[in-house]
Amino acid sequence: MVAELGQMALILALIAALYQGVFPLWAGLRGDRGMAQAARPAAFASLAFTAGAFAALTFVHAISDFSVLNVVENSHSAKPFIYKLSGVWGNHEGSILLWTLILTCFGGLIAMQAGKEDGLARTALAIQGLIGAGFLAFILLTSNPFARVFPAPPDGRDLNPLLQDPGLAIHPPFLYLGYVGFSAPFAFAIAGLIHGRVDAAWARAVRPFALAAWAFLTIGIALGAWWAYYELGWGGFWAWDPVENASFMPWLAGTALLHSLRALETRGVFPGWALFLAILTFSLSLIGTFLVRSGILTSVHAFAVDPARGIYILLILAIVIGGSLTLFAIRAPGLRSASRLAPVSRESAILLNNLFLVGGCAVVFIGTFYPLFAEIAAGTRISVGAPFFNLAFLPFMGLILLVIGPGSALAWKKGDATASLARLRIAGIVSLGFTLIALALYWQKAGAVIGGGLAAFAGLSTLTEFLRRIRPWRAGAVARITAAPARFWSMSLAHLGLALAAFGVLGAGAFPLESIRYVQPGAGLKVGAYEVLLKEVRPGKGPNYDTETAVFAISSGGRFLRDLRAERRFYPVRGMQTTEAGIWSRVSGDLYLTLGERHPEQGYVVRAHVYPLAGLMWAGAAIMGLGGLVGLGGIPGLRRQARRPAQAMKAAGMPASPAPAEQG
Amino acid sequence: MKRLVFLVPLALFVIALGYFALGLTRDPAKLPSTLIDRPLPDFDLPPIAGRTTGLRSADFHGGPKLLNIWGSWCTACVVEHPFLMELARVSEVPIMGVDWKDAPGAGEKWLARHGDPFTRIGDDPSGRAAIDLGVTGAPETFVVDARGRVRHKIIGPIGPAIWAGEIEPLLRQLRAEAAADTTQGATDVR
Repeated sequence: MVAELGQMALILALIAALYQGVFPLWAGLRGDRGMAQAARPAAFASLAFTAGAFAALTFVHAISDFSVLNVVENSHSAKPFIYKLSGVWGNHEGSILLWTLILTCFGGLIAMQAGKEDGLARTALAIQGLIGAGFLAFILLTSNPFARVFPAPPDGRDLNPLLQDPGLAIHPPFLYLGYVGFSAPFAFAIAGLIHGRVDAAWARAVRPFALAAWAFLTIGIALGAWWAYYELGWGGFWAWDPVENASFMPWLAGTALLHSLRALETRGVFPGWALFLAILTFSLSLIGTFLVRSGILTSVHAFAVDPARGIYILLILAIVIGGSLTLFAIRAPGLRSASRLAPVSRESAILLNNLFLVGGCAVVFIGTFYPLFAEIAAGTRISVGAPFFNLAFLPFMGLILLVIGPGSALAWKKGDATASLARLRIAGIVSLGFTLIALALYWQKAGAVIGGGLAAFAGLSTLTEFLRRIRPWRAGAVARITAAPARFWSMSLAHLGLALAAFGVLGAGAFPLESIRYVQPGAGLKVGAYEVLLKEVRPGKGPNYDTETAVFAISSGGRFLRDLRAERRFYPVRGMQTTEAGIWSRVSGDLYLTLGERHPEQGYVVRAHVYPLAGLMWAGAAIMGLGGLVGLGGIPGLRRQARRPAQAMKAAGMPASPAPAEQG
Repeated sequence: MKRLVFLVPLALFVIALGYFALGLTRDPAKLPSTLIDRPLPDFDLPPIAGRTTGLRSADFHGGPKLLNIWGSWCTACVVEHPFLMELARVSEVPIMGVDWKDAPGAGEKWLARHGDPFTRIGDDPSGRAAIDLGVTGAPETFVVDARGRVRHKIIGPIGPAIWAGEIEPLLRQLRAEAAADTTQGATDVR
């Protein structure tokens, strides 16, 4: 019954989305104002019905209704309740429904924000409606989550145990909030092209959506990496897998978009470029969706390999991306910058940063798709691995880290390069000194060391600029803290977070220590400065799995430090095993222990790793995400945003509209 | 001229879209299960340094065998290796190896250090054969029957539990099959 209600809600959501998409555009062409007003209620209706469908699917999962195929395939009566809920999106049908729900949520946000006379937001809303209609039709035609099965089996096949984990339970929603959030900048880009109006006001309307999407995507990617780190049991956090790349490409393009929006808002420069980035970012999100669900590239993550779905998504891609790029090619050449680009200025630095980000993004794209291109063009099968990505992508990352400090120290319009660099001399000298000392110690890992030096320079420069503005040693620091605009906090936190995360990635990725040994209970092994003693291995039982838990005693230099547990779980329904690594996080790095197979005579396989600075990856990503959210005006008391008078900037000969209320 | 620049993204996208569309018509990616009960893909790999015989798919005819994908760079293989050594000692099943994406000479050095359980080894420095086999990582072990068909695949290190639970019963069955085939004169036993 509930399943049928869900299905009904989906159909109604599709009708509402079509209404939201078609009528305002048509009305816009005919100049019919009354009809154009319909977009807002339609957006709310589409949101409500999609939410209803999602609630229905959640309900049948929660009560384990095994007459619904989706529940049978992805759930089990003994599964913990929290994973019954996360199982809703742990499969193709449910995850695409979540995708669409988030899309309609952003539609609702645009509708809330759209004023009565705001033609731009209304057109954006219509575009959003069309995308929503495309995906709702996709669900109804190819991926119905409410299909019934008769007769109903007594129990389900359980969710892939790897997915039964708190990290992965919340990873997809964050990732989708990011992916789909970029639909709003995209919709505004199309609206801007249609209206011929891409100026500071346009940038102000887009920025909150782009910021929110970026922050969520940052957190989502970090959660995925964190999950891989502790759950897959080999300590890796990033493997340049196509599906990981699929989330990373929109992140790179989205980061470039955020920066170019800032330049457009303040200086009115490169409107066409910002538009292009808005289109590119969402296009890459869509291509990411396509990648995962069509089976076009093999990947450990691809969970819905089905050519029929692939063809449908390909159609969506052709219409959405092809259509928007066509519109871009026709309309964008008419857009003009409101001011000339000065060679030494913050906006030039932003342009440079944009080029590096897009260059890095292009490398990731080529590496991801090269196997496909090569197979079709030349019939050869090749795989592109981490060495390519590390060699071709990381230099771009280094350049970005290099530009962060000097770029954000420069003033808008006309910067003073000498004065700005002089301000950063301490940061420069310290990080150069660090690099030289580290090079002397680890010259074989020169690339990683130089990367670390650049990260140090980026982090220290950010701190320098922050302290210069706040001056905590002088009276009135509190007033300066509250007076600092949210975007200053946002920028400082995001840059600092990036520097920390880069440090963590380099430390854990380039300087890991490893020791693998057969160990009998009572014996141990050494890794780095730690002695690891296997005290005992005891069997146990979880709700839907059996466990073997190893208890290790950790000591260093003969001094006992603490106990650490690592676990192996066996899920009988799927016949799968998972490892739960024992991780002790310290500032200097993580001690990482996993328990492996047992050999009848030699004991257990125990793997011990030390990942230096690993914790900084997660801390850095969290700080970056926080930076993005702070930019939305999240911190109370910091909201006194410096209000700029609406800059009368003209683009493409259209008069600028009065700026809408400043975002936090 | 300036207008042309704005056409570049569209042109690139159309090309990429063409590839995506062609990609869809392709046999959807070779997933591991698609090889099950199919003959091994054709390969003819040269020997690694220090050995004289390589590995061809034809080498698999004549009796059930194991095919193990390893590499000197692979940490999980170090874990698996003592078990393979023991298998080579106590079991009669030949273990064929593919040295996957290794530097020249690295495989030989690694075997010298950890022992060599393999009947034959093929060198696959480019990873080409491994792609045909649908290998996603090392180690992976295939159980191949007397007619050279893949019958089972284990991803990750094998150990006593997997041997007793999955491999040994299957090998017993495959030997019975091979014997039946021989009595019917239906196979190409060496």
